[in-house]
Amino acid sequence: MYKLLLCWRYLRTRYIALASIISVTLGVMTMIVVNSVMSGFSNEMQTRIHGILSDIVFESHGLEGFPDYQWHAARIHELVGDRIAGMSCTVHVPAMLNFQVGGRWVHRQVTVIGIDPETYSTVSDCRQFLQHPKNRTGADIFTLHEGGYDQQDHLPGARIVARQGLENAGLERRRQMLKRERDLLEMRKRTMPQALRPAGPRDPFEAGPIPNEAAADDQGVVVKHEAEALSDAQFPGIVLGYALASFRGRDGADYFLSVPGDDVKLTFPTAGTPPKAVSATFTVTDFYESKMSEYDSAFVFVPLSTLQDMRGMIDPQTGAKCVTAIQIRLKPDADLNAVRDKLRASFPAELYSISTWRDKQGPLLAAVEMETSILNILLFLIIAVAGFGILAIFFMIVVEKTRDIGVLKSLGASRGGIMSIFLAYGVSLGTVGCGAGLVLGLLFVRYIDEIRRMIERLTGHEVFDPTIYYFQEIPTIIEPWTIAWIIGGALLIAILASVLPARRAAQLHPVEALRYE
Amino acid sequence: MSEALGVRSQGSGVRGQGSGHTPATVLSQNGKAYRVDRPAPASQAAGVQLAARGIMKSYRKGSCVIPVLRGVDLDVRAGEFLSIVGQSGCGKSTLLHILGTLDQPDAGSLQLSDLRIDNLSASRRNLLRNRYFGMIFQFYHLLPELTALENVLAPVMIGQGMVRYWANRRQHKDRARELLDMVGLSHRLKHRPSEMSGGEMQRAAIARALINEPEVLLADEPTGNLDHSTGQEVLSILRSLNRQRQLTIVMVTHDDSIAEGADRCVRLKAGLVEHV
Repeated sequence: MYKLLLCWRYLRTRYIALASIISVTLGVMTMIVVNSVMSGFSNEMQTRIHGILSDIVFESHGLEGFPDYQWHAARIHELVGDRIAGMSCTVHVPAMLNFQVGGRWVHRQVTVIGIDPETYSTVSDCRQFLQHPKNRTGADIFTLHEGGYDQQDHLPGARIVARQGLENAGLERRRQMLKRERDLLEMRKRTMPQALRPAGPRDPFEAGPIPNEAAADDQGVVVKHEAEALSDAQFPGIVLGYALASFRGRDGADYFLSVPGDDVKLTFPTAGTPPKAVSATFTVTDFYESKMSEYDSAFVFVPLSTLQDMRGMIDPQTGAKCVTAIQIRLKPDADLNAVRDKLRASFPAELYSISTWRDKQGPLLAAVEMETSILNILLFLIIAVAGFGILAIFFMIVVEKTRDIGVLKSLGASRGGIMSIFLAYGVSLGTVGCGAGLVLGLLFVRYIDEIRRMIERLTGHEVFDPTIYYFQEIPTIIEPWTIAWIIGGALLIAILASVLPARRAAQLHPVEALRYE
Repeated sequence: MSEALGVRSQGSGVRGQGSGHTPATVLSQNGKAYRVDRPAPASQAAGVQLAARGIMKSYRKGSCVIPVLRGVDLDVRAGEFLSIVGQSGCGKSTLLHILGTLDQPDAGSLQLSDLRIDNLSASRRNLLRNRYFGMIFQFYHLLPELTALENVLAPVMIGQGMVRYWANRRQHKDRARELLDMVGLSHRLKHRPSEMSGGEMQRAAIARALINEPEVLLADEPTGNLDHSTGQEVLSILRSLNRQRQLTIVMVTHDDSIAEGADRCVRLKAGLVEHV
């Protein structure tokens, strides 16, 4: 009883000890905030990575791919069919994307992915990243729509910033361009000297190559849609990564270099050896924005069969078309690695590379994990430093209380009793410190964006630049077990730090303690 | 005798035992196995409560050993008021600490009735200090964080488990109030030591020493820090406790005039007893 009473009185009368546990509070708070942000960040990143990748990617090493998708699909089904939720074949080729901005050509290095829109949506959540609502719900993504492209980010949690330039995207844009083109030709016809005009009256809209188009086409490309160039009919559709055709300003708004309805040119290698570069015109039908800048700035999607035809990916013996990859989606409870290993065991590794989406982004995920654990170690050291603060202040308190300890012993208090006074004191202080840290940490996480904005206003520096990660808000996830570990560790340190002074107090000789002045 | 102080009649309900407990019963209250270390020597005079034989004690200061007690023999008879006088540094406080089992002698033995107590285990000595001895000090040694009432209750809290104390807390508090009333501090129950005068603090310390109904009261210069009249008040309380409750008191003082208030006086000189 006296232990509790004295412990309580010491707590009430010695506020200096509270100062020592503020460091515990701060340490706990920082750890909670950092862990929440890191796990929110890594979760967000995994969602984005996984959103665009299928669970398992089965691909050939070369660009020629492998023929007979049907046989491979049947073989895969035979092996792991019970765990497969969806399968689709794709062609991945490095390519150059060319488009005109203000009369100048812009070139971008991309990976072009030929997809079969029907089956691809069964292996990847790619559709939800598209910018036209109809495309997200199942329309043909390679057909141009009338307007209606999102003028605001549709993904949850995104900041609302209007997108200038998308209001006329789609067929409307195409009609405007057509009109401008016609006006230009009309004007040129009028102003061109008589001598330079082609012999005989010729309407450029009837047939034949248009001078501008022909100049743009180099290396004798097959452009079979040339005749329709100036109608509002479209070329084969292409879906561009969002960051390929836009850039984000400091104000957070997006500026577009090209919008759905525009035509772009794609230059890619043929399937033969040595590969020849060929070019074809495509019409942008949509953007996809996975918010994973690595993907958004590198991938474009075109229809699979178009790409196969243009590259000549046909097996001369069988006439079957070739593919370079098979995308597999597994059922939710299936073990990724087990399926991968089973497939690896059955297909020769020198012909096929088989990997899970985690393998594909392994270094990135591992880096985030490593950062988290290093930060945790460093922050835990802060709490350990706080532990030494507790140790020092407790020693001071024990020295200050030496005579009282002697008195208690002369009244018959045991060593254990004296020790438990100071242990209980340390535990109470640790609990108060951890509790305050917990509450502050959770509040900080809850209001992290408000705090961020306030700091930005106060210092004038941008703390969290949305153009770097494409996050509008700082993602956070509070994991109860992590918090339990943090609190447990901090309490343990507080207890350890109070054990030494408590032991010292218990071992004081009563007579010497009584004499102490 | 106890009616005069108005304490024991009600206080006995708490302990259920009254004043008649011997060290053996005190120790067996703890519920631990108890063994008398050696048979009681027949030579002891009747009524001797506390007997010290050949007590030696020296302190070590660096490499040099300072002997303080060089073989003290002392008999304290039951119910007597004994004072030990001597000059500062003659070892009288050390002797008192050894008598109260706060310190252990280098050589010699200490006998409480028929039990040798200088070589008991630490937990038994704690129990003895809690139940059998009451101690008061020159500097009062009240706990500054606790009120007068809580200070008086401290030995009860130390001696009893939390549950037992909590179950009887009302009785304990009543008893503590009576004791404070007896020493004339009924108006200071809720005051901290820092808000009390020296005399008041010493009286609170006496109440604290009495709460567990000890058999022997050990007083270390109880008046050493008080002015003459306050000292006399404290002394008169001690004397009346001795007279009316037959409480054995051993008082250490350097002041001959205070020592005269006792029944018997023992002079300590150069670590040895000079009988007066």
